[in-house]
Amino acid sequence: MCAAAFLCAFLTLVPLISIFGYVFAKGVASLNLDFFVNMPRPVGEAGGGMSNAIVGTLILIGLSCLWAIPLGIVGGIFLSEFGNNKLGTTVRFTADVLNGVPSIVIGIFAYTVFVLPMKSFSAISGAFALGIIMIPTIMRTTEEMLRMVPRTLREAALALGISQFRTTVSIVLRTALPGILTGILLAIARIAGETAPLLFTAFGNRFWHQSLTQPIAALPLQIFVYAISPFDDWRRQAWAGAFVLIVIIFLISFISRFVIGLHYKSTSSR
Amino acid sequence: MEERVKVSNLNAYFGNARALKGINIAIREKMVTAIIGPSGCGKSTFIRCINRLHEVVPDTKVSGQVLLDGKDIYLPDVDPIEIRRKVGMVFQKPNPFPALSIYDNVAAGLKLNGIKKKDYLDEIVEESLRRAALWDEVKDKINASGVSLSGGQQQRLCIARCLAVKPEVLLFDEPCASLDPISTAKIEELILELKKYYTIVIVTHNMQQAARVSDHTAFFLLGELIEFGKTQDIFTAPKDKKTEDYITGRFG
Repeated sequence: MCAAAFLCAFLTLVPLISIFGYVFAKGVASLNLDFFVNMPRPVGEAGGGMSNAIVGTLILIGLSCLWAIPLGIVGGIFLSEFGNNKLGTTVRFTADVLNGVPSIVIGIFAYTVFVLPMKSFSAISGAFALGIIMIPTIMRTTEEMLRMVPRTLREAALALGISQFRTTVSIVLRTALPGILTGILLAIARIAGETAPLLFTAFGNRFWHQSLTQPIAALPLQIFVYAISPFDDWRRQAWAGAFVLIVIIFLISFISRFVIGLHYKSTSSR
Repeated sequence: MEERVKVSNLNAYFGNARALKGINIAIREKMVTAIIGPSGCGKSTFIRCINRLHEVVPDTKVSGQVLLDGKDIYLPDVDPIEIRRKVGMVFQKPNPFPALSIYDNVAAGLKLNGIKKKDYLDEIVEESLRRAALWDEVKDKINASGVSLSGGQQQRLCIARCLAVKPEVLLFDEPCASLDPISTAKIEELILELKKYYTIVIVTHNMQQAARVSDHTAFFLLGELIEFGKTQDIFTAPKDKKTEDYITGRFG
């Protein structure tokens, strides 16, 4: 029994370790400083990098956060504080369904409502699509974390003559903050690697982006284009890009674990 | 001896269940009034009506009068926030705000109501912690987390937090229920000290505690006030058979 459990546990690690090992082996070989600071070069010219795609990915993540985090958090506050009714149940159900919608469908949606009217692929349409993916995760984690704050804490604040609003923001939200932060970081880790919703929104760009209403490069898109190309040099760079993307996501989830750790330490040290 | 809180014909409901049935009681200034009775008899509900905390639980209702310094706190033009500032409450389990430091826990009631002057806050925090007999134990780690203290210290921190908003009446809801005997003794000592400045109501399951700290005792049973009088009289010569049965341990 113990051996079987151990074996199964080990087997779940195999895909992760092998993927990471393979990408590491292939990626590190083509990784150099040029990759981070240079633009893509034309086919046949050796060297070049993906600086535009790395920056593009960071811009897309930033723009998505800009609108998805406030919306998700306020939505989560609504669900936990005022959501014990039909409306709350509906919102909760909708969020859970949205969480399961394939990301390519969200991409098509963003294309229809953003790209078509603007007559241009753009960074903001990409951020719109990615934000939609983030919202349910942030909203539901915020709700769960707020619900975990004991009722006695709210009552203690109210009993001090603190208003309902200040109690929610300064006591309840603040107590739940590390957990909410973790939810946000997990949502970021998820969208950092999304490719499908960007195909017809951010579109990708071999050059430095001109403005946020113009197509912008993104690491996953660049990897996709380079990986299916017939050129050895490009495919090597695709491996390097995959490696960098994994490292970015790994860093984000590492930070989120660290934050949980701090939270755990501060509340359990009785 | 002035009456600080006068309750007349107070009823409290959870949904349709009536938890308090026509309570009449007068709580005197700078005295300790103990509320005793078996679990579920409405003791906590009663004191939660005095600071309008009963109504924060969904689907609850209060009727009747609670006069604080002669003014009914349930009149429509009364702001519950004002009442809660005048009537402080200490809960059954110590509940310091885990995200805040010791200092900020004590200052919370003032800071979150917009008072920012550091000198003033420093002064109030020290004074409140001194009154709660906690200053000497925490003065060197005032910025440590409130939950890093022991259970008894946490409860005294909650008392200090309460004192910082300068209340007139203090409500204690079984403040020693989760504490060891030494911490309990400290809290009791503190209550006797605080009596000099505040009017105190304490709910307790512990009859010795009621006898030790209180001047008056009220015995509640199934939402009704059975007997109310001087603590000494209640414990030595109860008028009602039910009170006698309860304090001699025949039920409850």
